[in-house]
Amino acid sequence: MNEEKFVDNPEAPIVLTDDDIDKAVEKYPFIVVDCWAEWCGPCRMLGPIIESLAKKHQGDIVFAKLDVEGNPRTASKYGIRSIPNLIVFKNGQKAGDIVGAMPENKLLERINAFR
Amino acid sequence: MYDTIIIGSGPAGLTAGIYASRSKLKTLMLTSQANPSLITTTDIVENYPGFPGGINGYDLIERFKEQAVSFGLEVVEDDVISLEQITHDGKEAWRANTHEAAYEAFTVILATGTEYARLDVPGEQEYTGRGVSYCATCDAPFYRDAHVAVVGGGNAAIQEALFLTRFARKVTVIHRRDRLRATKVLQDQAFANDKIDFAWNSIVDEIIGDTVVKGVRLSDSTDPSKKRTIDVDGVFIFTGNVPNTGFVRGLVACDKDGFIKVDAMMRTSAKGIFACGDCTEKLLRQVVTACGDGATAAFASEQYIQDLKGNAYVSWEAR
Repeated sequence: MNEEKFVDNPEAPIVLTDDDIDKAVEKYPFIVVDCWAEWCGPCRMLGPIIESLAKKHQGDIVFAKLDVEGNPRTASKYGIRSIPNLIVFKNGQKAGDIVGAMPENKLLERINAFR
Repeated sequence: MYDTIIIGSGPAGLTAGIYASRSKLKTLMLTSQANPSLITTTDIVENYPGFPGGINGYDLIERFKEQAVSFGLEVVEDDVISLEQITHDGKEAWRANTHEAAYEAFTVILATGTEYARLDVPGEQEYTGRGVSYCATCDAPFYRDAHVAVVGGGNAAIQEALFLTRFARKVTVIHRRDRLRATKVLQDQAFANDKIDFAWNSIVDEIIGDTVVKGVRLSDSTDPSKKRTIDVDGVFIFTGNVPNTGFVRGLVACDKDGFIKVDAMMRTSAKGIFACGDCTEKLLRQVVTACGDGATAAFASEQYIQDLKGNAYVSWEAR
């Protein structure tokens, strides 16, 4: 496992897999995991928004991306039926999820509602 | 101050962007993050000329965008909530207001497209993302070996039902009538596909489930007292489209469903406002027709601006 992947205050979304998502959820008290796939247009549209939020909220909210294509266990564990699906984890537990693409300010509002 | 503001970033808006920027109009495109172009959720576009074998909808849009930006199109992601008439140097112009900003131009090209209609039945909103979907391309892979329902009988419904058969074990098309509206080529493919069956004359009353969708309650459109429930793992809804025109109702003339009325030059009833693509009242809503509309709207907008600035070759008013 690559230890450097989980730096303290990442400025860009961390790329997670089925194998290390649990570790990330354990390490970061507030992490948003963007479950996406290449085949999903709205997911690709959300990509730059996630990157922008990660940069703007560095040290406050940790963002991560997980490609459901190569990581079926996470999708099945969290019952994902639609993507883009952002799972919000607070203190190691799933606090909720956000489904569908939306503007940056609205997305941030939805994320902050889980604090 | 811009020459023209294009609202919307689907095929119509981006083609208008290509034409307007290439004509050296100072052009701004405002794109909605809340309503991405529907073509970006289309798995494969097979009938857009120049791409034998088809092209993925998102990839096609990315190409449009690259081409438009190469001509100098400026793109800002911001949702327009209203338009208001202003004057600039004594000339009529428009201001587009968003939640946090305002942008001004001599013309506005509306290319806001449509979004999928909701069924407005109990369970629909509750189970969105938990079995209810409006994007088969996005979500079909989560339904491997499952039984899913597709609601609708038009082109989108049948095309998506066919796509879903690649993953699902069984696809039930629920349609309120006894025959499909989809084109014959799609109908033939659907009837020949043994994974697809049909619930004719059926109206969805409710989507039911526990934490996820478990079934749909139907009633017979010819005899509402006849009710039944079918067990499904997912419900994909493609019952039509509603135009994203709420913010211009009352400003430009629309038909009863909210589609913007335009003439052959893509002029709306409001001077200086043009419209193109799926948000307009038209017969065929396809990428190729949206592109044609977009080019016309940009050209007409350019003529209008030249006239306004007093350097038109032929007066716009004479048209």
